[in-house]
Amino acid sequence: MNLLYTEIEEELRASVRDLLADHSPVSAVLARIEGPGAYDPALWRQLAAELGAAGLQVPERYAGAGASLRETAVVMEELGRAVAPVPFLGSAVLATTALLAAQDSAPDDVLGNALGALADGSRTGTLAVPLSSAPGRPFTPTVTLHPDGTLSGRVTSVADALGADLLVVPGPDCSLHLVETGFTATPRTSLDLTRPLADLTFDRTPARLLTADPAALQRALLTGAGLLASEQLGIAEWCLAATVGYLRERRQFNRPLGSFQALKHRLADLWLDVVGARAAARAAADALATEAADAAVAVAVAASHCGTVAVRAAEECVQLHGGIGMTWEHPAHLYLKRAKADHLALGTPAHHRAVLAGLVDLPA
Amino acid sequence: MTTASVEELRSRTRALLSEFDPADTEPLDFLRARFDAGLAWVHFPVGLGGLDAPRALQAVVDAELAAAGAPDNDPRRIGIGLGMAAPTILRYGTDEQRSRLLRPLWTGEEVWCQLFSEPGAGSDLAALATRATLGADGVWTVDGQKVWTSSAHTARWAILIARTDPALPKHKGITYFVCDMTDPGVEVRPLRQITGEAEFNEVFLTGVRIPDTDRLGAVGEGWQVAQTTLNNERVSIGGQRTPREGGLVGIVAGTWRARPELRTPELQQRLLKHWVDAEVLRLTGERLRQQLTVGQPGPEGAGTKLGFARLAQELTGFEVELLAEEGLGYDDWTMVRPELVDFNGREAGYRYLRAKGNSIEGGTSEILRNIIAERVLGLPPEPRTDKDVPWKDLAR
Ligand SMILES: Cc1cc2nc3c(=O)[nH]c(=O)nc-3n(C[C@H](O)[C@H](O)[C@H](O)COP(=O)(O)OP(=O)(O)OC[C@H]3O[C@@H](n4cnc5c(N)ncnc54)[C@H](O)[C@@H]3O)c2cc1C
Repeated sequence: MNLLYTEIEEELRASVRDLLADHSPVSAVLARIEGPGAYDPALWRQLAAELGAAGLQVPERYAGAGASLRETAVVMEELGRAVAPVPFLGSAVLATTALLAAQDSAPDDVLGNALGALADGSRTGTLAVPLSSAPGRPFTPTVTLHPDGTLSGRVTSVADALGADLLVVPGPDCSLHLVETGFTATPRTSLDLTRPLADLTFDRTPARLLTADPAALQRALLTGAGLLASEQLGIAEWCLAATVGYLRERRQFNRPLGSFQALKHRLADLWLDVVGARAAARAAADALATEAADAAVAVAVAASHCGTVAVRAAEECVQLHGGIGMTWEHPAHLYLKRAKADHLALGTPAHHRAVLAGLVDLPA
Repeated sequence: MTTASVEELRSRTRALLSEFDPADTEPLDFLRARFDAGLAWVHFPVGLGGLDAPRALQAVVDAELAAAGAPDNDPRRIGIGLGMAAPTILRYGTDEQRSRLLRPLWTGEEVWCQLFSEPGAGSDLAALATRATLGADGVWTVDGQKVWTSSAHTARWAILIARTDPALPKHKGITYFVCDMTDPGVEVRPLRQITGEAEFNEVFLTGVRIPDTDRLGAVGEGWQVAQTTLNNERVSIGGQRTPREGGLVGIVAGTWRARPELRTPELQQRLLKHWVDAEVLRLTGERLRQQLTVGQPGPEGAGTKLGFARLAQELTGFEVELLAEEGLGYDDWTMVRPELVDFNGREAGYRYLRAKGNSIEGGTSEILRNIIAERVLGLPPEPRTDKDVPWKDLAR
C-alpha cells in the first residue's frame, strides 16, 4: 500500500493547482456564487479537455487517460482546496465509476460514447441519487421503469445535475439506466454554494439499461465516498493553512495571536487530525485503485475520519478568524458550507462507522 | 525498494540461518552473528550492524528470521538503547565509540537508560543543574540528581546531559556524555509509580568519573545532540509498525467479540470511534515510515506520539469501563522493579494506569503541541524571558 504521492501525482497536482490559481481564485468563486450559475464552464473545459483530469480513471480504449483513482483523488484534493465550482464529483467520479462498473453488461458503443464524452469534458453527467445516499446500506430507488424502457419519477438533492448532459439513473432493484434527454433539473437552494443541488424529474423519459446488477451502484457510491475523503482533506488543509497564516500576522495584545499557547495547541491538534486525514484518504484511494479486498474498510475509515476533520477545520477557521471569519466577503464560509455538506454527502461519519461494525466484526 | 536488494537481504538472512542454526546456537551467539552480518538494523552502516540499506527493508529480514524461529533481542528490555541511545551514538559518536558501544547495545548484553530529567528540569529540560567539570587528568566529574529514570536499575550505560558552563545561557552550556552506571558514584533508588511497581528510579550522581572519551559531541553542544535523542524518543514511543488491530485496540476488540454480555449500543458507538482513530493513527505512522526510509525523524514525529498517548488513554479507560464489575479489580499492587516495559502487559487496570504516563514520558503532550505549533506550523514562540540569560542568573 503506497500512502505517498508519486512523482506523476505531484506533477498532476501542480498543474491542477496552477490552473485553479489562475482561473478560479477564491475571489472569483465568491463573485460567481452571486451570479445565475455557480458552475464555471470555462474552468471545466480547461480542467477536462486541457489537463485531462475528468478522464483519469477511464481506460484508454474509452478515450480516457488510463490512470487510476489515485490520480483522480489528487484532483479531488485540489478541487477541495480551492472549493472549485466544477461538476467533478458527479461527472468524473460518480457517473464515470457507475458506467465503468456496468462494463460487463452495457453495450460497448453506448458506454464508449458516454465515457468518452465525460472524459474529454464535452459533456458532463452525474449519478441520479440524493447526495446523502451512502454505500453499505440498501438504496431505495424513486424512479420506476415502464415496459417500454422509459423512466418516470423524481430524485431530489442531486449534486452536479444542473447542466448535466447525461445521467446514470438507478431504477427498480438498483438497476442502472443511461438517460440523455427528456428530463428536467430544478435547482434547490443549497447549503453548499459551490456545489448546488437540483431535483430531477423523469416523465416517460427515454433510457437505456446499463446493468441490472445492483453492485454497480454500490461500487459508484463506495468510490464516491472514498474519493470525497480526498476532497475533505483538501478543504481541511486549506482551512488549517489559512488559519495558521492569519494567526501569524494578526496582532492583538501587542503580540501575534499565533504566539498564544491556547491557540497553538488547538492548531497542533488540528494539524494531527489533518495528518491522519491525509494518511486515511491516501489509503482509501489506493485501496480503491488497486481493488483491494479491504477497500470497503479503507473507505469507511477515511470517510468517517476525513468527514469529521474537514468540518472541524472549517469551524476552527471561522472561529479563529474572529469577526472577519463571519463575513460573506471572507472565503471561510465557502469552506464551512462545503465541509458541512460533505459531512452528509455519501454517508455521514456515523453511518460509515455503523458500516464498519459489520465489516470488522464489532457487532452490537 | 529494488527487488535486487530484497533478494539480497533474503539470501544474506538465509546464509546467516544456515551457518547459525537457531535450534542449536546460544541466543547471544546468534544475535552477535546477526549483528556482524549487517542484519541487526539494515539502515545502519556496514560494520555497525547494518548494510546502509533502506529502513523499510528491515521487515524482509525480520520476517525471514521470525519464520525460522530465531531469537530476538527483546526490544521491550532495551527500548531506550535501541530507540534513543543508538541513533545518537550513530550520529555523534566517534568511530571508537560506535564500534565499542553499538554491538552490545543491540544484542541486549548492555541495557541503557536516559539520565535527562531532574527534579527541577522536566519539560524545561535545558534548565538542568547536574554539573560536570573537566579535571586536569582529562576526566569529567559529575554531581547532581536525576529522576524518573526508567530501567536505571538494569542499565549498564546511561546517556547523560549535564551542565558544563553555567555562565552561558541555558541551552548553550550543556554537554552530552555516556555514563558508566557501574561507577561507584552512581546510586539508584527505586521510585514507585501509580501502577504499584517501580519502573523508574531516582539516580544520585556523586563525584561520578567520566573519561573525556565518553563525551558525545563537542563540549557545549549537548542540547543539539539531545535533539537527536528526543526526536527519536518521540517516534519510538508508539511508533512501532503494527498490523491493523495490532496493540491495544486488538485487545479491546477481542474482549468485545468474546463477551457479548458486556455490550451496549452506547459503548459500541465509542468503540467504533476508537477503532477508526486507531486505524488512522496506524496509517499515519505507516505513511511517516514510508517518508522516512532514510534519514532522521524530524519534529513531525511528535504527532504520532501525541496521537498515541491520546488514543492509549481513551482506549484503556474504555476497556476498564467495558469490563463492568471486573473493571473494579486490579491484578497486583506489589512493589516490583520490572525488567522490561510493556504498556499492554498485565490487565486492564494496569494498562489504564500505565497509559497515563504516555502523555508525560518523552515530552508531555503539552510540550509536543508546542513543538508542532512552532517547529512544524511555524507559529511564533511565546515571549521568553529565559533564553539569553546566563543559566547561573536564572531564578530557581
Ligand atoms: C513513565 C515515565 C518514564 C520516564 N522515564 C524517563 C527516563 O527514563 N529518563 C528521563 O530523563 N526522564 C524520564 N521521564 C520524565 C519525563 O520526561 C518528564 O516527567 C517530563 O518531561 C515532564 O517533566 P516534569 O515531570 O518535570 O513535569 P513539568 O515540566 O513540571 O510539567 C507539569 C505539567 O505542566 C505542563 N507544562 C510544562 N511546561 C509547559 C509549557 N511550557 N506549556 C504548557 N504546559 C507545560 C506539562 O505538560 C505537565 O502537564 C519519565 C516520565 C514518566 C512518566
